[in-house]
Amino acid sequence: MLYAILCYNSEDAVGAWSREYHDDVMANLMKVNDRLAGQGRLGPVARLLPTTAATTLRKGRDNLVFDGPFAETKEQLLGFYIVDCASLEAAIEVAKDLAKANPGTGSYEIRPVAELHDHHLAADRQRQPETAA
Amino acid sequence: MTDLGWIDAAVAAARPQAMGALLRYFRDLDTAEEAFQEACLRALKAWPQNGPPRDPAAWLIFVGRNAAMDDLRRRNRHVALPDEAELSDLGDTEGTLADRLDNEDYRDDIVRLLFVCCHPELPATQQIALALRIVCGLSVKQIARAFLVGEAAMEQRITRAKARIADAGTPFETPGAVERAERLGAVAAMIYLLFNEGYSAPVAEAGTRAPLAEEGIRLARLLLRIFPSDPEVMGLTALMLLQQARVAARFDDEGEIVLLEHQDRSRWNTRQIAEGLALIDKAMRHRRPGPYQVQAAIAALHARAGRPEDTDWAQIDLLYANLERLQPSPVVTLNRAVATSKVRGPAAALALIEPLAERLSGYFYFHGVTGALLHQLGRTDEARLCFDRAIALANTPAEASHIRQHLDSLGRQSA
Repeated sequence: MLYAILCYNSEDAVGAWSREYHDDVMANLMKVNDRLAGQGRLGPVARLLPTTAATTLRKGRDNLVFDGPFAETKEQLLGFYIVDCASLEAAIEVAKDLAKANPGTGSYEIRPVAELHDHHLAADRQRQPETAA
Repeated sequence: MTDLGWIDAAVAAARPQAMGALLRYFRDLDTAEEAFQEACLRALKAWPQNGPPRDPAAWLIFVGRNAAMDDLRRRNRHVALPDEAELSDLGDTEGTLADRLDNEDYRDDIVRLLFVCCHPELPATQQIALALRIVCGLSVKQIARAFLVGEAAMEQRITRAKARIADAGTPFETPGAVERAERLGAVAAMIYLLFNEGYSAPVAEAGTRAPLAEEGIRLARLLLRIFPSDPEVMGLTALMLLQQARVAARFDDEGEIVLLEHQDRSRWNTRQIAEGLALIDKAMRHRRPGPYQVQAAIAALHARAGRPEDTDWAQIDLLYANLERLQPSPVVTLNRAVATSKVRGPAAALALIEPLAERLSGYFYFHGVTGALLHQLGRTDEARLCFDRAIALANTPAEASHIRQHLDSLGRQSA
């Protein structure tokens, strides 16, 4: 089974980390990453830019686009895409295509990625059939 | 490094909200500060044992408020203190308090806290010092170092600023939309000043002053979190990130200024650039341009150019023309002239800035830019005069030595 592990924290607090503390934590995390990658068990790892850089597309007839992160508590995170886009406009277009393919309720938060480490899972890994929320 | 680094960070992150709420309760900066201080001391005792509270800001507000009220009671009426255990027993109360911290309050508390620091009667340096002390929580010693003054002098400056604010009265009523927008403008200006205190520091002072630039970015992010749809706040944040991204490339090993076109672009901070570009992209969608957005858009064009020769000078020239309309100033025109010279040649640029000669006669950059343009036009003698004047007006040794390089190249040409 593949598991996604989603990281939550207060970005004010993480933004207030001292450089030493930041480097310490990153070095510690890297050890965990390296171990998992060495075992062929690690897929892509991403660090996202702060929520202040986010834009959200609310599905609906008009596909309302607003500034800021997804903030509803009555909907749940069901999946995510990593897409290469030349601009925010292009990313919004992709989200609109998704909304067209999957109309109704829900939202897409569009958050730029700060860092992407593209590890590869071991080749003999049984992949789940590709589906998306 | 201690494992408790998260406590410092959690307290620092909670500070603006907690201080803002405590200021609303006590309507006095000193009392709010003492209450917060006391809450921090208790957090240092309680958190390592109990782990982080679910909502650190709510915890600090609750504990700080109780501690300060006890203190007031003890001083005023000699009422006995409740048990320490009772005060620290926050299991249930924390949740309900967090629920009561309504979003509007949260926003107005933080803006008010920032706004009291930029009271129009306070000179800019006092505004910044006060914001660093009250909102960012830097110690007086740290602020004194950043401003290159003694600790006692800085203490006095902050005390005086606080007294002035107390005299003027703090606005505690909930602001209307227009007033909130005005406060936002004053706060944004103060944050940019604070940033520039750090960013424009000469290399010798960069170590002590660099944190000011980082605090400026943190405050801008905070402001953006509470005004997520304001394109000028996005522009301000983007502008500071895009400038700060170049900081490692701005000085060479000898402490000399490295001009943008000579900077080693591999030393630019790519994550800050990515964040700045994302924000300016977002801001542009609003189609409500303002001075911060236009300046950020100019910085973004520089950031997007992999090599100096890839810079889109024509677009930069247009953006400066926009900025001239939004915020007319001879300094903006001077900056525009640099872009104009790349697009339409030095003669066109010179024509743009010649009318400014009188107003900018005491300005280092004016003579530097004019000298460089004259030099390009082969008017060597006039160029030399300009460079001599620039050296006389240089603010830092790095500026002077940069102009001396120009003079040297003139000398080589005429030799």
